[in-house]
Amino acid sequence: MANPNKKKIVLPVAPDNQAHGPVKHLHSKKVKLPYGVPGHGLTEMEREVSIDEPPPLPINEKLNVVGKRTKRADAIYKVTGTAKYTSDIQLPGMLYGKFLRSPHPHARIKSLDVSAARRYPGVHAVHVLKMEPGGSVERDSGHDAPAETYNIEELPLLRYVGQPIAAVAAESQYIADEAARLIKVEYETRPFVLELDKARQKGAPIVFEKVIEDEGNEGDVGVTAAEDQEGNLRGPSTGSFLGGPRGDVEKAFAEADFVLEREFRTQVQTHCCLETHGVVADWQPDMLTVYASTQNTAGVRDDLAELFGLPKSKVRVITEYMGGGFGSKFGAGHYGVMATILSKKAGRPVKLMLSREEEHISAGNRPNSHQMLKMGFKNDGKITAIDLTSYGTAGVGLGAGVGRIAQDMYECPNFRTAQYDVFTHAGPGAAFRAPGNVQGVFSVEQMIDEAAERLGLDPLKYRDVIDKHEVRKLMRLKGAEAFGWEYKKPGSDPGPIKRGFGMAQGQWTRFINLNSSATVRINKDGSVAVMSSVQDIGTGTKTILAQVVAEELGLAAEDITVKIGDTLYPDGPGSGGSVTAGSITPAVRNAAYKAKMDLLGQVAGAWDVEIGDLEMKNGDVYSRSDSSKKMSFGEAVKKMRTNQIMATASRPDDYGGFEIGNGIGYGRLGSVQFAEVLVDTETGFIKVERVVAAHSCGRPLNPMQVESQINGGVIMGVGYALYEDRILDLNTGHQINANLDQYKLPYSKEIPKIETVIIEHYGAFSSTDASGIGEPANIPTAGAIANAVYNAIGVRLYELPMTPQKVLTALGVS
Amino acid sequence: MNRFEYIKAPSIDEAIDMMDSTVPEAMVTKTGGSAKVVKAAGTDLLDLIKEGILEPGRVIDLKNIPGLDKLSYDKEKGLAFGPMVTIADLENSPEVKKHYRALHEAAAHAATPQIRNMATMGGNLMQRPRCWYFRSNGHHCRKKGGTTCFAQIGQNQFHSIFLTNVCPCVHPSSLATALVAYDGKVELTGPEGKRVIPLSEFFTPSEVDVTCENVATSQEIITNIMLPPVKSGTRAFYVKHGQRESYDWSMGDVAVVMQMDGKKCQDARIVFGAAAPIPLRREAAEEELKGKTISEKVIAKAAEKALEGATPLAQNGYKVPLFKNLLKRTVTEAIG
Ligand SMILES: Cc1cc2nc3c(=O)[nH]c(=O)nc-3n(C[C@H](O)[C@H](O)[C@H](O)COP(=O)(O)OP(=O)(O)OC[C@H]3O[C@@H](n4cnc5c(N)ncnc54)[C@H](O)[C@@H]3O)c2cc1C
Ligand code: SF4
Repeated sequence: MANPNKKKIVLPVAPDNQAHGPVKHLHSKKVKLPYGVPGHGLTEMEREVSIDEPPPLPINEKLNVVGKRTKRADAIYKVTGTAKYTSDIQLPGMLYGKFLRSPHPHARIKSLDVSAARRYPGVHAVHVLKMEPGGSVERDSGHDAPAETYNIEELPLLRYVGQPIAAVAAESQYIADEAARLIKVEYETRPFVLELDKARQKGAPIVFEKVIEDEGNEGDVGVTAAEDQEGNLRGPSTGSFLGGPRGDVEKAFAEADFVLEREFRTQVQTHCCLETHGVVADWQPDMLTVYASTQNTAGVRDDLAELFGLPKSKVRVITEYMGGGFGSKFGAGHYGVMATILSKKAGRPVKLMLSREEEHISAGNRPNSHQMLKMGFKNDGKITAIDLTSYGTAGVGLGAGVGRIAQDMYECPNFRTAQYDVFTHAGPGAAFRAPGNVQGVFSVEQMIDEAAERLGLDPLKYRDVIDKHEVRKLMRLKGAEAFGWEYKKPGSDPGPIKRGFGMAQGQWTRFINLNSSATVRINKDGSVAVMSSVQDIGTGTKTILAQVVAEELGLAAEDITVKIGDTLYPDGPGSGGSVTAGSITPAVRNAAYKAKMDLLGQVAGAWDVEIGDLEMKNGDVYSRSDSSKKMSFGEAVKKMRTNQIMATASRPDDYGGFEIGNGIGYGRLGSVQFAEVLVDTETGFIKVERVVAAHSCGRPLNPMQVESQINGGVIMGVGYALYEDRILDLNTGHQINANLDQYKLPYSKEIPKIETVIIEHYGAFSSTDASGIGEPANIPTAGAIANAVYNAIGVRLYELPMTPQKVLTALGVS
Repeated sequence: MNRFEYIKAPSIDEAIDMMDSTVPEAMVTKTGGSAKVVKAAGTDLLDLIKEGILEPGRVIDLKNIPGLDKLSYDKEKGLAFGPMVTIADLENSPEVKKHYRALHEAAAHAATPQIRNMATMGGNLMQRPRCWYFRSNGHHCRKKGGTTCFAQIGQNQFHSIFLTNVCPCVHPSSLATALVAYDGKVELTGPEGKRVIPLSEFFTPSEVDVTCENVATSQEIITNIMLPPVKSGTRAFYVKHGQRESYDWSMGDVAVVMQMDGKKCQDARIVFGAAAPIPLRREAAEEELKGKTISEKVIAKAAEKALEGATPLAQNGYKVPLFKNLLKRTVTEAIG
């Protein structure tokens, strides 16, 4: 049985965190790959790679499909409403599920009576969740073996408003909703604690009496030993997967010319997936089929197989279209497990989609943070030491670390950190678009700006002094050009409405998931398909897979059928940590290359030429040496001896190996964003007018989609900077803005003019040399806006979100 | 959402016959699926039902009743519109834009374009507050017949700064701010016939009855809304401030209607929205303007006066300077 206390680590970090040497190949070859940035000293890098690897792909300029602005493969289905999301799935005889959730932040169940719900006409199944008390991840509270019966004493302690207790399945959503309300529960309420500061105090109500034995903490990380749990405090984590403390911080502070010490606070942000979390589960004797709104079809399959004791081959998870996850949709989830239980009990498919309120309170969030940051500087600008202490709460979950930006973005020989998770009686956190780094930029990048001002330097130029990242340097240059950057004295505008300019930069680790396989199939009728369980979570994965196959086979992207998001196909990676493009596209290219070699072998046989003499381009197959030997792809496939050619390939290690473990690549994905804001000093209203976002994701496979990801990241960053805030009532533990009216997202007029600058950067890492962009796009936005607000009004805001209330308070007018 | 009966009323009289409570009554005294209430577009009513805080037995739709969506303007009589006139109708009416600038501005800045297309003015005046405790099924507060005001002891950043003693929710209608400034009236029709009352008396503070926001009784329907004609020399403006521009509930809105003789102010009506449980006249500030030549100094003095007596809560002190500045801007814009 699965241990309910074990939480999955989302990021693909090797368990031992040890770097291993490059994989040995029986037959290898040396190849030269493009390296650097075209137009900025592009060179070549020689790598020794497996003999099976396809030839190096030249830079985008020399390609036909990859790197070209290519229309999203499924755009038409989305805009016409024919795309079927999980929430659109209808199966014959399907039932609808509804949870009963805890109305109390801390309570024991004294009695529970489901009889009225069971008797309610139209109800087919009722299930009460029995869960080992002490589990830390109530979000995945189904991670016990689903039991048929329960004793009241065995029912779990309720630790947050929204914790699932039981659920019903009925013939309509209305019946299910009504029946769930008929479950009678008596609660014995207990004292609770919600605030970060209060939860740390002696005598605060304790969230977990037991030590939580999670393996690690997905937010930032550093593995915190379970023994380091005292009261509601767990930690400190003194490093991350990038390493631990370094140098002598105290000595370095003593030697610094000046030291800055500030406190920063960030809020809890909820994911607000437009499609809420949910599944349709169909338990059949020979197969469990689950339509899931997930970022990881293979992960959901693995969870369910483990929990229900099924072979993986008998669990099928399908995600054809997905309406947003942002890190919160990985495992089977309490809803997925519950729907499966209910389907098994009722013998009918069960759909269980969370309501908007449930989405806010039980489906994950970005933990808040209280950061105490201290940095020492020399008068020449050099950073001598960084010391970061932080507290954050992921409610009943873990993952509130914020330290990787402080640790890893600027060169600094002396670094120390102590990061704590604080348990509170609130809904569990979950990975959220660049966990930790978004919070980290808000503090570090504001402090860098303060140091620049102290040094009398333009903050942009100052970063040239302290930042060694070559690609980011280029981003500053090109971004500043696009933005028209000119340093302006803080608070210097006359009149009540003041304009400000600011910038901030960010960094994300290049994660690779080796569980990335794909099959390419060429049919004798000339049709080509690529298949993998990898899912398109809205980022455009389908389109880039089609592009990569098309490029290899000399076809157009539209010629390729992409079948993904189904665990019947080869395993693909989960889409999180910005791993997808960098992990799956090399597998896809390699599979396409293998299939192509197979096809060319058969054509070469028919023509009696060498395979190496054949080329596939512009829909044709031809001999380079003999121009009379040429035919269309459609004719070429007729030469196939079998009806089908099929090849499967998996993601090999990065060319040149990994920096850490078997998933952390060399190099970091940098980013630089510039913001222009208007601040009304009489009303406190902030308007973000313009953002220029300079990014790199290795080889941009489809610039249009890269821009789209950057737009989304910036918009999300604007929300985080100015509007979003999960507001809990401190007297009852309820989130009082658990809707999309009072929980404020940016809407059309809040979205600034966004201009993107994409740096095409080759690192010679794989057969496509692509990397991710989802997370980098979101990292620096709030920091850039904060610096711009300071530039406008000359007063610094140390707390998010920057609401009119906070602006007026900071200006001292209220 | 509970099960309820749904009927379309063919006429006002029949609607009055079919109904037996206001929504406030349905939430406090006629609970448990027995109340019979009227519905216009349902943008508020259905939300209350979906949130589970209103469980009606019957919903009577007014939308098939002919003649309730007429808007007319007459130089002598002023503006009159039926309860089924939408916010978008007001926003798009050339007469409103020309003669009632503050109302036009209020309509143009309310809700979202989609909601404005649906939302009726009868429903707008009758809508329930947006206090997040009131809207939450988990908080049985005073307004719902309970004994606690969760806002007074909890999260109150968007709440009232005036009349905060009993229930510091703010009145949700930002249109009402402008309508009260124009000295509007409503016509209510009930079993005993019609009555016409000034809007300033229609809205009632929580001290009168915390469970409802106006004087409408169990079987009364708003059948007309009237504004007096504007004289030449009337200067008016309206400003709404939210956290977002696209759509947001007001953090503070101000309507000013001034009767000017050149630079001299003869008469003024100033109303604050989202400052109190009712659209709030600021008479002391009006007095500061009356009979004066309007200057920056006069405006500043009026702004000070307007905030006298404010009793902000723990988290909404920022509203005091906010309203001062909004009032200054609104007056300046009105005469500018
Ligand atoms: C997202 C959103 C944003 C909003 N923003 C704003 C804003 O900025 N400013 C603002 O002012 N409003 C705002 N509103 C409120 C909106 O204007 C009202 O919900 C709407 O005007 C109500 O009208 P309706 O026709 O939908 O009424 P319904 O929802 O049908 O009814 C509302 C209430 O009025 C009663 N009622 C309806 N018609 C009559 C009548 N003729 N006589 C007696 N009782 C009647 C009903 O019984 C019910 O109690 C917003 C609403 C939403 C959903
Ligand atoms: S302000 Fe009014 S509506 Fe809000 S909780 Fe208090 S009594 Fe209820």
